[in-house]
Amino acid sequence: MATQHSRSAARLMMAPAVVLLLGWMLVPLTMTLFFSFKKYLPLRGDSLERGLDWVGFANYVRFIGSSSFWPSVQATLIIVGGVLVITVVLGVLLAILLDQPFWGQGIVRILVIAPFFVMPTVSALVWKNMFMDPVNGILAHLWRFFGAEPVSWLSDASVQSIIMIVSWQWLPFATLILLTAVQSLDSEQLEAAEMDGASPLMRFWHIILPHLSRAITIVILIQTIFLLSIFAEIFVTTGGSFGTRTLTYLIFQRVVDSQNIGLGSAGGVYAIILANIVAIFLMRIVGKNLDR
Amino acid sequence: MLSRASLGAATAMALLFTGSALAETITIATVNNGDMIRMQGYTDDFTAKTGHTVEWVTLEENVLRQRVTTDITTKGGQFDIMTIGMYETPIWGANGWLIPLDDLSAEYDVDDILPAMRGGLSHDGTLYAAPFYGESSMVMYRTDLMAAAGLEMPDAPTWEFIAEAARAMTDRENDINGVCLRGKAGWGEGGAFITVTANSFGARWFDEDWNAQFDQPEWAEALNFFVGLMADAGPPGYSTNGFNENLSLFQQGKCGMWIDATVAASFVTNPNDSTVADKVGFALAPDTGLGKRSNWLWAWALAIPAGTQKEAAAKEFIEWATSKEYIELVAKNEGWANVPPGARTSLYENPEYQKVPFAQMTLDSINAADPTNPTVKPVPYVGIQFVAIPEFAGIATEVSQEFSAAYAGQQTVEEALEKAQALTNDAMEAAGYR
Amino acid sequence: MARAVTTRRKVITTAAAWAIGLLIFFPIYWTILTSFKTEAQAINDPPLFFAFNWTLENYAIVQERSDYMRFLWNSVILAGGSTVLGILVAVPAAWSMAFVPSKRTKDILLWMLSTKMLPAVGVLYPISLLFVQFNLLDTRIGLVMVLMLINLPIIVWMLYTYFKEIPGEILEAARMDGATLKEEILYILTPMAVPGIASTILLNFILAWNEAFWTLNLTAAQSAPLTAFIASYSSPEGLFFAKLSAASTMAIAPILILGWFSQKQLVRGLTFGAVK
Repeated sequence: MATQHSRSAARLMMAPAVVLLLGWMLVPLTMTLFFSFKKYLPLRGDSLERGLDWVGFANYVRFIGSSSFWPSVQATLIIVGGVLVITVVLGVLLAILLDQPFWGQGIVRILVIAPFFVMPTVSALVWKNMFMDPVNGILAHLWRFFGAEPVSWLSDASVQSIIMIVSWQWLPFATLILLTAVQSLDSEQLEAAEMDGASPLMRFWHIILPHLSRAITIVILIQTIFLLSIFAEIFVTTGGSFGTRTLTYLIFQRVVDSQNIGLGSAGGVYAIILANIVAIFLMRIVGKNLDR
Repeated sequence: MLSRASLGAATAMALLFTGSALAETITIATVNNGDMIRMQGYTDDFTAKTGHTVEWVTLEENVLRQRVTTDITTKGGQFDIMTIGMYETPIWGANGWLIPLDDLSAEYDVDDILPAMRGGLSHDGTLYAAPFYGESSMVMYRTDLMAAAGLEMPDAPTWEFIAEAARAMTDRENDINGVCLRGKAGWGEGGAFITVTANSFGARWFDEDWNAQFDQPEWAEALNFFVGLMADAGPPGYSTNGFNENLSLFQQGKCGMWIDATVAASFVTNPNDSTVADKVGFALAPDTGLGKRSNWLWAWALAIPAGTQKEAAAKEFIEWATSKEYIELVAKNEGWANVPPGARTSLYENPEYQKVPFAQMTLDSINAADPTNPTVKPVPYVGIQFVAIPEFAGIATEVSQEFSAAYAGQQTVEEALEKAQALTNDAMEAAGYR
Repeated sequence: MARAVTTRRKVITTAAAWAIGLLIFFPIYWTILTSFKTEAQAINDPPLFFAFNWTLENYAIVQERSDYMRFLWNSVILAGGSTVLGILVAVPAAWSMAFVPSKRTKDILLWMLSTKMLPAVGVLYPISLLFVQFNLLDTRIGLVMVLMLINLPIIVWMLYTYFKEIPGEILEAARMDGATLKEEILYILTPMAVPGIASTILLNFILAWNEAFWTLNLTAAQSAPLTAFIASYSSPEGLFFAKLSAASTMAIAPILILGWFSQKQLVRGLTFGAVK
């Protein structure tokens, strides 16, 4: 179908995007790799101009040998996994509900997607102070109203709280994509199934869910990429304490708090490796849905 | 953009004839504390006097520290003045990143700066940052609750007394906690508080050979004391409470005592914000009779990064903001209780300021702090609630995270200390100390 | 939906949908409400819902402390500029991927997405050093470039999926009629892809508006957007819920309003090719 002419034109048109992204990837990546083999402690006076000492794999060994490393990988996977499960399950249910005819559809849709427009910093601040504060937060008021002892959310249920805040932000995104998919569902097929006496649960399991599988794949893929690097939500709320130190946050502590750029860069390389493992894993499980 | 630039140029031209020197626009990075916000409100006074205009970059403390540190280490040159603390100043000064403030004008009277502050903001005897305000820590307590408990606060209490009073004042039914203390992770938050507490129990961060000391009994004693006290008399969820959270609690009348920065005294006695403004008493930070009190020393100070093109204007600003005149300006408009405290000797000699209820106790607390000799046992470092080495911020943040997890009951004190010991030694090894 | 719906069922659905909608929206509602209270009312127990003296005091304080319009303007420029630039680069790329696909198209798409996997903080020093080198710190153009590059993979992917839905026969017919490549894109493809492009623009505008790492670390006074504005309100001294709420409301209001007006567009357009 495509002529030789249009093929070369196509390459030309793709070039700016590819070249830009290649540069955006390669330049920082090369520098990160370079730093990761160097002793680079800027507060001790190390700088590029003065030249950095080569330390081999010392930074890599130290980063992975730290007692914080494996817990941080675990925290990352739990938070990403938790948010994915919540947003996908609630997203599917919400999408089906919002697809039903009811009064005020437009307004309710607006209400549901609104959290997506809120800056992560703002949402973390609002949740932390006005909701989860154990003395003045609205949840504390609610608990006391029912005679219960207020919960110190950010220390006693820290990981769950972070999952909840992030889920609140990403649920609208999942719902929106799933809603478009639900809307494209063939209603005649559903009616036919209903005539045949299929229960709502069976209809959901055998017709709706398979239809949504591609949309779910997209949601998982896109969200994973964003969730692996969540930062503001942790920085503002727990500062990485109480088991919420993700790999991204650990790197932040090495680079910014400890000002050890070499060590942080080695961490960055590990983060890329982890992200790619997750990505390959995802592709294996859900990749075939993408090709359809 | 173009019109704004030309407008700016026009203003600059106009000012050229009125002002003494070339008018410039300086960019200042600062922290969002009340005194700094107030200073921003008076920028017009500075502009009227010198012709220079000011662009403010106001950030929350953690974001500010991250921003200015990256800027200074990468030679970003985005700021003409940075607001930094007593921890950063000597380290940055030693690296040659700050312009020495050794040629300030005679009217500025640099010798009037409190000796403790001047010492903490110098490296090798050269001043690198001018203190905007300084603080130590002290006990703030509710006189009414103390009386109701049948106790009397001495001017220099012991931890034993604090613990007894805290337990006596606690009234959970009515939402009153005997004592509110910092438990929040972060080297400048709960990390600072537990470090000074440990100092008064005879503990230290490092021995003379830079070996971490968390395996020593003093640390266990201090930490167990703190955890026990807070469990009996502290507010719920104290492991996430920092300065600001405790300030809110105290202002709402939910704390019997609060041991924290001396600058908080003006907030808790301000009737506009505080419900307990007329019932607050002050005392020195407690000790255990070993010779060291649990009070720290800190200053927020203004420094000029080396490499700025606007050194002269920046110096003019620093001289204005940390001057005696600025203090008088604030006093005239907002009362003596609201002036930036803890920086100048003359302030504490001023009879007007001596009438402020917390003035004397603040000065006494500052004078009781000795950064060069912070602990009972000898140490190789300078600094009371911090260790003035570049690695400290990173290490102490992680250590305080382990402690906070212990406060929240997620691990035992022993486990926290064990992890602190290991991670501190590891980081010191990475930095080449051991 | 072609099915007849009983009123009873519709009532139940309405109740459920509204309950959930209000629950999800509640944090935003509460923030906006609190911004009109005094600090004391903001922490009142029980919480105050309607019966309080509405005040604009907090907005006045926030405005006095920081020049809101300047931050807002920077946010608009950064988000708008990066989106426009991103679309200009992405449309040709997505076009060629969709209509002249090769074996590697899918790989290139996935590779583009994978450029988003390096955590920003891991490259804080590299990027900062580069920005210092090229004098880009605190310039709008530097940040526009960074935001564009961060979101480019998403833009390309979204456009690719929209373009794929356009039947190729139409393009071939146009080519038969002698349309040049430029005409083909300008007069045939673009009009058909407008809804898709519109929702791509929206999504990227939102993502760029909310980006809070680079916009904080690479700016100072000149080009700081609303993310920097909010960073000075996170933990001041004393009671601050009302002031925080006012600042938060000011930071999110523009994007919230934009989102509401274009809600239909977003719902229709945000498919990522998920439908087919």
